[in-house]
Amino acid sequence: MLNLITQRVVLSLVTLLIVSVIIFVSTEVLPGDVATAILGREASPARLAALREQLGLDRPAFDRYLEWLGGALRGEFGMSLARRNTAVGQLIAERLRNTVLLSAVAAAIGLPLSLALGVIAGLLRDRVPDVLISTIALIGMSLPEFVIGSVLILTFGVLWALLPAVTVVPPDAPLDVLLPNLVLPAVTLIIVMVAYILRMVRSSLIEALASDYVQMATLKGLSRPRVVLLHALPNALLPTINAVALTVAWLIGGVVVVETVFNFPGIGRLMVTAVEDRDLPLVQALGLLGAALYIAINLGADLLTLWLSPRLRARLLQM
Amino acid sequence: MDATIIARYTTDGSSLREVWRTFRHSTAALLGAIILVLHLVVALAAPLLAPHSPTAINPELALAAPSWEHPFGNDRFGRDLLSRVLPGGRIALAISLAGAALSVVLGGFVGVMFGYVGGLADEAAMRIVDALISIPGLLLLLVIVTGLGSGYAVILLAMVLSYAPGVARVARAAAHEFVPRDFITAARARGESPLTVVMRELWPNVLDVLLVEFAMRASWIALAVSGLSFLGFGVNPPTPDWGLMIAENRSMLALAPWGVVFPILAIGSLVVALNLVADGIARALGLDRSR
Repeated sequence: MLNLITQRVVLSLVTLLIVSVIIFVSTEVLPGDVATAILGREASPARLAALREQLGLDRPAFDRYLEWLGGALRGEFGMSLARRNTAVGQLIAERLRNTVLLSAVAAAIGLPLSLALGVIAGLLRDRVPDVLISTIALIGMSLPEFVIGSVLILTFGVLWALLPAVTVVPPDAPLDVLLPNLVLPAVTLIIVMVAYILRMVRSSLIEALASDYVQMATLKGLSRPRVVLLHALPNALLPTINAVALTVAWLIGGVVVVETVFNFPGIGRLMVTAVEDRDLPLVQALGLLGAALYIAINLGADLLTLWLSPRLRARLLQM
Repeated sequence: MDATIIARYTTDGSSLREVWRTFRHSTAALLGAIILVLHLVVALAAPLLAPHSPTAINPELALAAPSWEHPFGNDRFGRDLLSRVLPGGRIALAISLAGAALSVVLGGFVGVMFGYVGGLADEAAMRIVDALISIPGLLLLLVIVTGLGSGYAVILLAMVLSYAPGVARVARAAAHEFVPRDFITAARARGESPLTVVMRELWPNVLDVLLVEFAMRASWIALAVSGLSFLGFGVNPPTPDWGLMIAENRSMLALAPWGVVFPILAIGSLVVALNLVADGIARALGLDRSR
């Protein structure tokens, strides 16, 4: 068992290492380097050369990669190019709280909600509530986040003016000031997330309900709630753990759009600004951070599945 | 899953016709297919259908409400919205179809090849595939756009890099179902090269899994392209594009909601159609794609 865990952890670290290479290569080795990003495309070759030397860009790419990676391991990503004299780490730290808060609220409401709706739809398969839930879910996953966000702004920000349409508070605003600004972005994330996850829960439950052991439990005379809650559901949920992790991780990308729609001061909005400014160190750091989060969430889901499923554990140990 | 896949392949070769037979019995799937065809026709024929120029500025008509002359109203430059909505999906549609096709062909080939070859090469390839999957969709797109600048070729490349690895995973798993079977062992015993085994024996058998992947990825890429345009890294103004139009007209939401409503309906119906078609194909093939 310990071996299995170690193996998963090592694999995750190797993946993260390759991610760092991909991010570095696609931003620095390819044409259009940091010096051009700072000085613009029309800068004179002499000035470009001088700046390259000053920034150490004339050294081999591999050396620069090692240096960047070493910094990243210590949590140092260098200085922002667009906002001089500000460390990338500081820019991220200022906004990380807001994004974590936003995603945590969305996940805390969205996960139970999608579970409940998925179970209802699965139990009442092809009946009115299921058709209703499934249709709304299909529309929810077919509309881009910025569309859902814009509709919410129109409804609750403009027509009813219940909530702030866009955030105007600074990133380090106290919680009680920030909170009203969090509602609409969180609802947007929840809608998209619930649409995806409830579909998985639904089909997983339908499959479990059709299985031999559920039939057996029903024939034994167990009550329907007991069969569903104690026999079908635990087995139905196991395969959804990884799918849920994928969706939550996918939200990391969704957060970028949602925060931009609402001008919410989180790291997603920061990423868009960074790309606009071609602020390479900031883009690299945020890309790496997003991937690290994704890998961590997936690792967590893997280990959780392993822990909850003795059958899978036994099979893997035999291999 | 294992059982259904194997059962499917014991039937004869006319499976595509059978798939179509099941597919057309689903109202939802047929509806999706019809909407999708409509979208393709409109995208192709947009220049003929559009009553006005999509880029002609007319200050007198700025933010004008829908009328007989301009059924979808006008944006803040007085441009005719109907004439902008009609061709507004061309780029997103072209990139999503090309991107999904490239992702499926490249990802599918890589997945099946390494799934068959196995060993150290497979391990190494899968680590790279995992790494690409690990950079959440939009972040990878943005990182690539930062490095290479935005342009349709770069966006297409970024889409393929984002979505082909997922296809490779699925194709590899599908190939693994067939590698231990007799017809593969027989082909190997005949002395066929790995490339021949992959192309002649494995590829035809994973084609239908890849068909579902194609429809799914196409809908994701359509969403991603419109997201990129919305953020300002996709289609450049004044080219009409739904994502860009929503971004442009969003600030006038209260004054002139038609500037946002029609592009939303357009992109929404396209992605719903792609999803319905993907669901329909998956169901017809006995694969459940929402898992």
